[in-house]
Amino acid sequence: MKDNIVVDLKKVFFYYDRIPVLEDVSISIEQNDFLAIIGPNGGGKTTLLKIILGLLKPDRGEIKVFGMIPDEGRRLIGYLPQYTLYDLNFPINVFDVVIMGRYKGLAKRYKKEDKEAAVEALRTVKMLEFKDRHISMLSGGQMQRVLMARAIVREPKLLLLDEPMASVDPEMQKSFYELLLKLNREMAIVFVTHDIGAISVYVEEVACLNRKLFYHGSKEGSLGKLEEAYRCPIEFIAHGTPHRVLRRHKK
Amino acid sequence: MEILHYEFMRNALAAAVLVNIACGIVGTYVVIKRMVFISGGISHATFGGIGLGYFLGINPILAAIPFSILCALGIGIISKRTKVSEDTAIGIFWAVGMALGIIFINLTPGYAPNLFSYLFGNILTIPSFDLIIMLILDAVIIITVVLFHKEFSAMSFDEEFTTVVGVPNRILYLLLLCMIALSVVVMIRIVGIILVIALLTIPAAISRQFTYNITKLMFLSIFVGAVLTVGGLWLSYILNLASGATIILLLGAGFFISLFLKYLISLRRRRSVKTMKSNY
Repeated sequence: MKDNIVVDLKKVFFYYDRIPVLEDVSISIEQNDFLAIIGPNGGGKTTLLKIILGLLKPDRGEIKVFGMIPDEGRRLIGYLPQYTLYDLNFPINVFDVVIMGRYKGLAKRYKKEDKEAAVEALRTVKMLEFKDRHISMLSGGQMQRVLMARAIVREPKLLLLDEPMASVDPEMQKSFYELLLKLNREMAIVFVTHDIGAISVYVEEVACLNRKLFYHGSKEGSLGKLEEAYRCPIEFIAHGTPHRVLRRHKK
Repeated sequence: MEILHYEFMRNALAAAVLVNIACGIVGTYVVIKRMVFISGGISHATFGGIGLGYFLGINPILAAIPFSILCALGIGIISKRTKVSEDTAIGIFWAVGMALGIIFINLTPGYAPNLFSYLFGNILTIPSFDLIIMLILDAVIIITVVLFHKEFSAMSFDEEFTTVVGVPNRILYLLLLCMIALSVVVMIRIVGIILVIALLTIPAAISRQFTYNITKLMFLSIFVGAVLTVGGLWLSYILNLASGATIILLLGAGFFISLFLKYLISLRRRRSVKTMKSNY
């Protein structure tokens, strides 16, 4: 195995009650990759992330995370789940959500360095001033950034993001991408989204997933394959800035 | 104050405090992790243990301890490891446990004394020995929570993320169910199997409206629960009503009053924001 391979999936199949969700998915992710996995809702994107995290076991196929089984390799992964899953009335404040990412083991207290790391992570996502606020008093985008801080606070080697741009307003999206770009120097980043508009200029590679993996490669080459994955025509806006997906053409 | 001269009254007051320590702590998790129905299942299934106690001729409360823990583990393991959904597993244990209790009592020769007090509770007939059991169970619950509070609350907030960072959620979930089982046993004497669920959830549901801090929530629940239990006990004494049901009704009234209070507070806050704006 090459040293720089972070995640390696070989011929993975997954079924929910005999309904195929993933079929014959093989993909490898390398160190410092910046990969967007796009596909329609119900296309198996979240399932794929959960398989990498060892939360779901594939029915067939092989999976290695940092050369280990997912249950062991996942300690090097930072994970941002879909924020819609949370009960925002749960009695917990921003800081306590973030420090959860520094969990070390049963009955081990959080140390000073863990608290400092949590503060640093909150500063990175520009949420430090909300440190003591209860989560019910955050907007969707703010909650998303808190969950992002929790994902990066463990200093992971791979960041898995599930719909990170949902409920983040366009202005915020830009700074979110800039943050990802900065983090990308230290870790591989994989994010899944059903929203093609979320694929920005910064993304290096695109994979199209709808039960099967239709494409994996540079984003410029993905145009035709996306239609296959979504089973409907897709328009990539190649001109103008607000929703720019492709890079500016070189003259 | 003359009623305090009676031993049964002193025992009743001690029980009211002891029981609410267990309820305040465990009930907080039950309410925030939404485990009310599973707690109902465990408490009703525990009736099987009471019946077993009669059948074997031992203290029904002692027999109920292992029985309720086994039921809690059974519900937890079946709902997590098989494709049976949690509410189905709960429903089955709920009914089967109660049926077992009835059969055991059927098989016991003679008639079952105090059976009603296990079903509906009677805080006035608590022997000192049961107080000692309550004290021990309270200690077990407090020690467990001090050790694993961080894990319990993180797990309740986000099961998937905590699994990824290495929290042993499966075992901790079963441990939490066992704590519910123990607190059910503590409560049976006070309000009875059928009303346990109210004492477990109402103090935490009231307190939850006034704090967002889990530790404060536990202490407030213990306080609110103890005050309302003692109040209910006093009311039942002067009105000559069944103590368990009176306590529950007072808890219920407390809950609705707290809803109204919360509404008033939010109304006032909105108004003060308005005046601030108009002054501006």
